[in-house]
Order: sequence, then structure tokens, then C-alpha cells
Amino acid sequence: MNERIAPLLSSFLIQKRVINALILREIITRYGRHNVGFFWLFLEPMMFTLGITTLWSLIDATHGSNIPIAAFAITGYSSILLWRNCSSRVIKAIEANLSLMYHRNVRVIDIFTSRLILEIAGATASLIVLTLIFSAVGLMNLPEDLLTVALGWFLLAWFAFSLSLLIGAASERVEIIERIWHIVTYLTFPLSGAAFMVDWLPKGAREFVLWVPMVHGTEMIRHGYFGSMIQTYENPYYFAMFNAVLTLAGLALVKNINQLVEPE
Amino acid sequence: MIEITNLTKMYSTRLGKRTVLDNVNLTINKGERVGILGRNGAGKSTLIRLISGIEQPTRGSINRNMSISWPLAFGGAFQGSLSGVDNIRFICRVYGAPCEPAICFVEEFSELGIYLREPVKKYSSGMRARLAFGISMAVEFDCFLIDEIVAVGDDRFQEKSRIELFEKRSDRAMIIVSHSADFVRQHCQRAAVLNDGKLYNFEKVEDAFDFYKSFE
Repeated sequence: MNERIAPLLSSFLIQKRVINALILREIITRYGRHNVGFFWLFLEPMMFTLGITTLWSLIDATHGSNIPIAAFAITGYSSILLWRNCSSRVIKAIEANLSLMYHRNVRVIDIFTSRLILEIAGATASLIVLTLIFSAVGLMNLPEDLLTVALGWFLLAWFAFSLSLLIGAASERVEIIERIWHIVTYLTFPLSGAAFMVDWLPKGAREFVLWVPMVHGTEMIRHGYFGSMIQTYENPYYFAMFNAVLTLAGLALVKNINQLVEPE
Repeated sequence: MIEITNLTKMYSTRLGKRTVLDNVNLTINKGERVGILGRNGAGKSTLIRLISGIEQPTRGSINRNMSISWPLAFGGAFQGSLSGVDNIRFICRVYGAPCEPAICFVEEFSELGIYLREPVKKYSSGMRARLAFGISMAVEFDCFLIDEIVAVGDDRFQEKSRIELFEKRSDRAMIIVSHSADFVRQHCQRAAVLNDGKLYNFEKVEDAFDFYKSFE
């Protein structure tokens, strides 16, 4: 084997092993071994989304457009949950796992990654199950274009992942992040594109709101769900570029934090 | 071989930077047992933690060409909310060792009985130490890092541990950190003394003792 690839490959195998161990550990401590335990992983986001869907249906949040309200709420709220849950799960994640960092190969990035994989898996399962249930009972149709949905969801998950690396690492350095992050996610909710379509906005506002990265994810997912029924304005390239930069910043900060962590 | 070159570690304290290890050099060959003597606060544990890789050096490098254990000590390495068995599973997965034989071994060795399936946070410190020692014997390493592990459990258990570590694994390299000269004399072929962050290497254990006693 090539001299450069061999150590890379063995590092990759170690990382896979460690993340796997951490995920299994996380499932046991978070959900326990009993009852529906593991199902909470997606029951929790599902119940959240269901509640919001009911609420939005009651107040007719689509503002008289022809989009089915259930699908509108499910796509919108699932998008929010994805990056909001991810970014709040990594805050203080190191502290909870500090004793495990007594083992050399357990690093900050592994702890974050394992939690994020679980969180993304839960949000994804919730979206799929809700879509299937609501389509089965006739409250919405199945997505018109699955590939666009998958791509939009992937970009949004990537955003959630890189954002969380940044927030998780920053919260280790600056304590105040833990306190204000919840408020920040709450305040960015109206901006994130979950509760509106860009098409509904006046032209001036559209340009402004399209600077917000998450909007592109939500728009794209809805594009895939409703297809020709609606007009969307996503730019996947912009979103991907934004994510790439965010990932680099996140990884850099995580590396920096690695130097500071002192297990017990 | 483990090769430590110009290793420096500084910690930030309220009164500014403090140098705990200052340009430390040390080489450990396969199968070699090296003792590191030092008083409390000399930086012994910091050195062990740096060698194990759970903390990063401020400057200098550590080259590891063999598998190295985590620091075998009384605490650490466990997740309190997990049971003993789940902790064994986690550690085996992390090190890529098969779980079931390890669980059998620890069950037999640690004598924890039904408590092995209870959360570790419920354990007494003695039970914890027995579990810790059991797990670290269940995963194999080329080099063991030993941090003041002198007395685990009662006399009988201590004897059992001694046989498991020092007799059954006599072919392994070990780095033993201690303030007890007798313990080091008993188990090491070579010794170094850590004082004020500087490491003094000696060819003979006896020379290290004389030097250690001179400022004790």
C-alpha cells in the first residue's frame, strides 16, 4: 500500500471504531435499554413537528396560498429541528464525555460527530415517518421529486453539522455561548425560511433573506415536495459554499479546543 | 519504542503560565521497564498523561511506535452512568478488542459479581479500582503506563494484580511513576528522576535513588 495512504487508512478505521463506540454509549445513556428507549430518537422530533403542524393548521399559516398546510409545516419545522437540535446537543458535550477522553483515540471531533450522527438520523427518520403517515391519510402528497428533497436535506444536514462543530467548540472556550445560543436559535427561527416561502415576500426582502443560508435548504426541500406547484429561489451552490467555509472554521476551532481539553 | 523529545508542558494559572515539564527527553525500548521518581507535584502524572496522549504537549514531540495503555490509576477512564459491563464494552470497542472474552475475564478477575451490571457511579472506590485494573488487563498493550498503582483492594487482590501485571506481562514495556523508591526498585530496570519539571536520566536505578534522596 502507498506509504501516505496507509496511516490515513488506519486513522480512519480507528475513528470509525471510536465513533461507533460513542454512538452505542450515547444510545444507552440517553435512551436506556428499556421500553421504547431508542425510538425516542425520532419520536421526540416527530412529536414536536406534529404539534407545530397542528398549530399552523389552526391559524392557517400558509396565508391563503395553495400549499397543503401539513406538508408546509412538516418541511419547515423538520428543517429547523435539524440544525437547532444538532447545535444544542453539542454544547457541553465534552464535559459529559470527559472521562471517556481518558482514552487517547477519543477526541473532541469524535464526541461531536457521534452526537450529530444520532441527531441527524433522528430528524431524518422523523421527516420520513411523518411524510409517510400524512400521505397515507391523505393530508398531503408524497414528494414530487425525491432527489431534490434528498439533496436539500443533505445540504441542510451538512449545515447543521458544520454549524454544530463551530458552536460546540466555541461553547468550550466562551461560557456565555451556552446561555445565549438558545436565544439565538429562537430569534433566527422567523428568518430561517421555515414559516414562509421566499415567493411570498416583496422583492426587496427576498434579496435580503436569500443571504440567510438555511433558507436555501428549506426552499430546496419544498421545491422537491411541491414541484411545479410553487416558485422557489434556492441556490444550492451558494449554500454548499457557505457550508464549506463553515466546516473549515468549525474544524479549525475543534482542533484548537483539542489542545485545551484536560480529562479529569 | 517510545521517543520523547524536548517535551514541554505549560499550564495557564491565575498567576500566569506555569511550566510543569521543561524540555524532557526520554526513550523507552520494547520490553523495558522504566521508573520515574518524583515528589508530589513534580509533574509525574502530567508526564504520564502526555505520553498516553490524553493531553497535548505545549512544545516537543512524542513518537509512539508501540501500543500504549491509558494511565492505569485509581480513577478515570469510566463513564459513571454506565454499568461496569457497558464500560468494558465501550473500552473494547475503542481499542478494537473483542468484547465477550474481556467481559468474562473482568467478571472473573474483579470479583464484582452482580455489581458489574450496576452503574459505576454506585461503586465504592475499591470496587472502581478493581474494575479499572480488570479492564486494563483485558485489553493488551505493548507498553503499560502505571501511575502510583500500588494498592488495589485487599492483600489477596493486590497479590493477584501483581501476578497479572508484573509476572504474566513481564515481556511488556512499562513506565512506572511513583514517589516510592521501593516500588520502583522492585519493578524497574532503569529509573529517572523528575524534579521541578526537569527529568534526570540515570543508567542505574541506584544512581537515581541517590540523586532522589539528595533532595528528598
